[in-house]
Amino acid sequence: MCLAVPMKVIEINGNTAQVEQHGVSRKVRIDFIPNVQVGDYVLIHAGIAIERLKSEEAEETLKIIKALTE
Amino acid sequence: MRYVDEFRNSTLAQNIAEHIKAVATQPLKLMEVCGTHTMAIAKYGIKNLLPANIKLISGPGCPVCVTPQALIDSFIQLGRLPNVTLATFGDMMKVPGSRTTLEAERARGADIRVVYSPLDAVKLAQENHNKQVIFFGIGFETTAPAIALTIKEAMDLGLSNFYVLPANKLIPPAMMALAGDSEIGINGFICPGHVSTIIGSAAYESIAHGCGIPCVISGFEPLDILQSILMLVMQITEGRSNVEIQYSRAVNKEGNREAMECVNEVFEPCDAEWRGLGMLPNSGLRLRPQYARFDAAQLLGDCMQKPLDNGVCECGLILKGLKAPLECRAFGRECTPEHPLGPCMVSTEGACSAEYRYTVR
Repeated sequence: MCLAVPMKVIEINGNTAQVEQHGVSRKVRIDFIPNVQVGDYVLIHAGIAIERLKSEEAEETLKIIKALTE
Repeated sequence: MRYVDEFRNSTLAQNIAEHIKAVATQPLKLMEVCGTHTMAIAKYGIKNLLPANIKLISGPGCPVCVTPQALIDSFIQLGRLPNVTLATFGDMMKVPGSRTTLEAERARGADIRVVYSPLDAVKLAQENHNKQVIFFGIGFETTAPAIALTIKEAMDLGLSNFYVLPANKLIPPAMMALAGDSEIGINGFICPGHVSTIIGSAAYESIAHGCGIPCVISGFEPLDILQSILMLVMQITEGRSNVEIQYSRAVNKEGNREAMECVNEVFEPCDAEWRGLGMLPNSGLRLRPQYARFDAAQLLGDCMQKPLDNGVCECGLILKGLKAPLECRAFGRECTPEHPLGPCMVSTEGACSAEYRYTVR
């Protein structure tokens, strides 16, 4: 139920965007993501984008995890 | 960065597990309150990576599972009214009400459609003026913004044949109720990642500081969950009880302001009944007066059926984390995915469903 999937913004048209990931393409509402850009990754839940994913934070999380091996 | 594969690396997973083993010296009970976490933990065999002294328990994180039977009965009853089309998320179709399921009703001729988005239900109402389309508003805070947006859309379109049966619930009040229950004895919460995307980490401060239980907001990939467990274990070992964000790529302190504003415009908090937990104050959402015309409850009037108690089903205890699926007498016997007795087995995110699907037999 909390399932939200990361998808990449391909095209923006007013309050909707075309998003894609792993060959799946879908039209979603982006009312809750002001300033979304083409190329952004967003979390899609029930046909709505609920957040933009931050790549710097993702890199930082992985860096901390990898540092545990040292 | 594709946000998924990188967080599934098994070598790194093993490594985090080693660190957890090294730090966690006492028995600990960690609870997750999110159906998607329940599924991910089962699917990736997370429990097998943890030392025996750490117990991962599943709380009331599946919105389908905590929906009271009476509400399911009401929705089924609405489907029997003339010219009604019911619209619902797929995971509600097989959930047993007192007497029947939506799937069985559909087989008997009721017009019931599975939708991926509540916006699809509005489209059904637009395209079928002679039908009253009623959407079952199930979900936690992750889904509430989508449902609120949908109701606003119906308002803007001037639809008079679209309704929602409100069934949204709020997670922090349930966590607070469980935190105070010494019989369960929770040492730490793995907090739901996508609920937190909406409500922000600040929402858990009163649980962490007020109840002295550390909270870590976790993503859904194996590395996320393991790192969150390590963060909880570190807090407990060091005597801290703070809110920490492991899922920083999607969650911040304030949450999604636009989404919260939309929810607050359409809905207001109300007392709500949770299967297994009873009535919790301010734990549900009801429509504000200016949107009351979209409330499907008005269509039911006084013809509400009383729910029947099924007896054998132990979902109530399982939802509180007091019993594990394997400890239920009916698990795998009278209650299986093909013939479920209760919602924990039916829902794709229920604790029993996850156990049944991913346990090696």
